[in-house]
Amino acid sequence: MSFQVPDDCRYLDSHEWARQQNGTVRIGITGFAQDELGDVVFVELPQEGDTVTKDEDFGVIESIKAVSDLYAPVSGTVTETNDDLLDTPELVNDDPFGDGWMIEVELDDESELDELLSPAEYREQIE
Amino acid sequence: MSLRQPPIEHSAKQTDFGGWEMPVEFDSIRAEHSAVRESVGKFDVSHMGELTVSGPDATRLMQRLTTNDVEALDSGEAQYAAITDERGVMLDDTVVYRLPEARDEQFLFIPNAGHDEQMYDRWVTYRDEWGLDAEITNRTEEYAMVAIQGPDAPELLGAETALDLDELDRFELAAGPVAGVDSLVARTGYTGEKGFEVLCPWDEAATVWDALECQPCGLGARDTLRLEKGFLLSGQDFDPEENPRNPYEARIGFAVKLDTEFVGRDALEGVDVEGPAEKLVGIVLRERGVPRHGYPVQTPDGEVIGEVTSGTMSPTLGDPIALAYLPAKYAGSEESVRVVIRDEPKKARTTTPPFLS
Repeated sequence: MSFQVPDDCRYLDSHEWARQQNGTVRIGITGFAQDELGDVVFVELPQEGDTVTKDEDFGVIESIKAVSDLYAPVSGTVTETNDDLLDTPELVNDDPFGDGWMIEVELDDESELDELLSPAEYREQIE
Repeated sequence: MSLRQPPIEHSAKQTDFGGWEMPVEFDSIRAEHSAVRESVGKFDVSHMGELTVSGPDATRLMQRLTTNDVEALDSGEAQYAAITDERGVMLDDTVVYRLPEARDEQFLFIPNAGHDEQMYDRWVTYRDEWGLDAEITNRTEEYAMVAIQGPDAPELLGAETALDLDELDRFELAAGPVAGVDSLVARTGYTGEKGFEVLCPWDEAATVWDALECQPCGLGARDTLRLEKGFLLSGQDFDPEENPRNPYEARIGFAVKLDTEFVGRDALEGVDVEGPAEKLVGIVLRERGVPRHGYPVQTPDGEVIGEVTSGTMSPTLGDPIALAYLPAKYAGSEESVRVVIRDEPKKARTTTPPFLS
């Protein structure tokens, strides 16, 4: 099975993606990760104004069969969370790189993005 | 140790279950679950054990090693039972089939995955100790089992067999061909839906599986389906080492017949008279989160009163549900409790299983 690995994202080896857009970075989990988890039923996210730290957990995702921590690909301050996931957590399964996004953060340090896996490197990891 | 393989090759995510490598998810648990609730799905449950017992003392041996009344079974009938030790602690639960008369063996019983060798030893040991004349055979890797479950199961299976399925009541079985394969067809299952379990020769399981064209389902959906109905999972909702429980605590007193003679009977008579101190209780969460095995259950004041044995997000109800052994006063009540999920006490209330009637 081959999974989507969009070129406009950078990746963490724990299967989170980060996409830079309009001065903030949007974060979610990859298509591979949602497939591994199966039916997502619950996502616990930080609140606006909270800070997240690169490589540390910022939330929890639960599927019917498993529970998993979410790790921050970058450090920064949360500017927005995807409130749609409260009532429709299955968006993470349906559209992991789109409507299933999780949080947006204002970066502390832009260079952190360069430390993440490139699409090619991430693709190699999941194949 | 290598994992035991089922007879059919499945293109599904696999998991280790009771020493077997079994399909856990073919498409999605939710899709598989709703297929069974709304139409029909099939499960390869060949990891379940199959032991046959025959000979002049077969009935006596079965009667004395299971809690239900084996003598009440006619040919072609089945019953649910527990297998208890001298303390009345459940070692496993099982379905005992009294086989149709045309078969050589008299009884077939189905221990849970990974328990077949232990139960074979137990049956042989007691047979010899009691000097009974009975032949016991472990046929776990001779018989495959395919479960066809859901409201449309009779129609789907009916098209592949000459057996009159309308004649088969719940917990009855008949011998006949399915997709041309000699099989035993039992009106039993673990989903709470109409359905059948087809026992067929190991080597021909794929023929039966392929002929019954419907949603393939894995152990993930099997678990959510049984949990909505409050059915026990051996090794998780009770376990002789990790969580020793008797049938009254586990709410299966209906399968204990104290007027029969069996190992554990005297201990259970005492429990029946006094009533168990704890009982398996259903819990429905009022907040977001998924209760899972081992999570603590508390009173609203923070006193720990038990621990979740099984829990999931119910795909049918959309609510998080769980089973836990709690002080007996919680049985049959609707009390406010808390389930602790990652150090957070989540609001919940007790209920009487099944969660889905």
